[in-house]
Amino acid sequence: MAADDQSTLPRRKFLGRASALAGLVVSFAPGMRLIDLADAKPDDEAASAEVRWGMLVDATRCVSGCEACVNACATEHGIEMTDRPEIDAQWIRKVDLIDEDSGREISLPVMCQHCEDAPCVAVCPTGASFRREDGIVLVNKHTCIGCRYCMMACPYMARSFIHINLVGQRTHSPRGKGTVESCTFCVHRVDRDREPACVEACTAAGHQALLFGDLSDNEGELAKRLGEVQSQQLRSDLGTNPGVHYHGL
Amino acid sequence: MGSVWHLLPLMMLSGVLPLSVMADEPTFPRARGERCVEPVGVMRRAHFEFLNHHGQQTVEQGIRTGRHSLAGCIGCHAVRDQHSDWIPVSAPGQFCDSCHTYAAVRIDCFSCHRAVPEADRVMGN
Repeated sequence: MAADDQSTLPRRKFLGRASALAGLVVSFAPGMRLIDLADAKPDDEAASAEVRWGMLVDATRCVSGCEACVNACATEHGIEMTDRPEIDAQWIRKVDLIDEDSGREISLPVMCQHCEDAPCVAVCPTGASFRREDGIVLVNKHTCIGCRYCMMACPYMARSFIHINLVGQRTHSPRGKGTVESCTFCVHRVDRDREPACVEACTAAGHQALLFGDLSDNEGELAKRLGEVQSQQLRSDLGTNPGVHYHGL
Repeated sequence: MGSVWHLLPLMMLSGVLPLSVMADEPTFPRARGERCVEPVGVMRRAHFEFLNHHGQQTVEQGIRTGRHSLAGCIGCHAVRDQHSDWIPVSAPGQFCDSCHTYAAVRIDCFSCHRAVPEADRVMGN
């Protein structure tokens, strides 16, 4: 115990000083910060558990018939449609819903929900399906054996299996036959402080129905907006705690 | 012919092998960069350890340093044909293929990875 106390004391001191310093930084001026906590990480730094990437989909702003997000995703990841739609990869899809009683219609995109307790990760026999420290759920295609258990486990039907040899992949998005894939939250962009392609496209189309950000950052735009508007997660009854939230369902 | 085989142990001892016993050494187009990120001898022996380590780090942790990335290799070692189209590094006689054919080791990288540089290539992916 004595040894333990000795080893923890300096650490506590350090933490105390560090948090005091952090307080100074945070309270530099009201609404202003010297250092943005959700800033891009350096290239040589691992994804941090202090961040949880998430998204708010505003169904009241999403426009029926608009496929800007779907098309941007396909371009970004080199996803090409074949003449066999049943085998085409689908990382993001538009869903139109009609309330039969009221006649109210809404449109919304559905993609990998980047669950905290992801069923795809739980069932994967090889560990290929995994959740990055910062909450992004991915497939490590180096270890994926293409068994497709994850596709069956996913309540959101977010994953696709690649049945054919692919050509013309993008450098930042390796994809190939015999592996399962799904939305990566454009992890290659996120690591470089850029928004996912779908979010960028939605904003460029003037709809601003997609807001991407750090759910853990209380001062961030995403957490603030989630604090202001009513929102819900898809199939929240399953307890998967998705990182994607929806407003206006 | 018989005399060659009789002489073989002697040749091996003296460090001289008859050319007919050796296959042609692989040749491939010259890389564009000034020099490799590691000494050539180290790369020849350990390139896949670098690639594997870097690939796992990138996928699992989002570490995107360019030094040992496959995209980095391709960026230097891919060449263009006479129509200035990129030739995949996995095409016959190209950088990856030439040695791997020589060593009879089949590689599976390029069923998923892009084998030519991309115009807006970002290092470290």
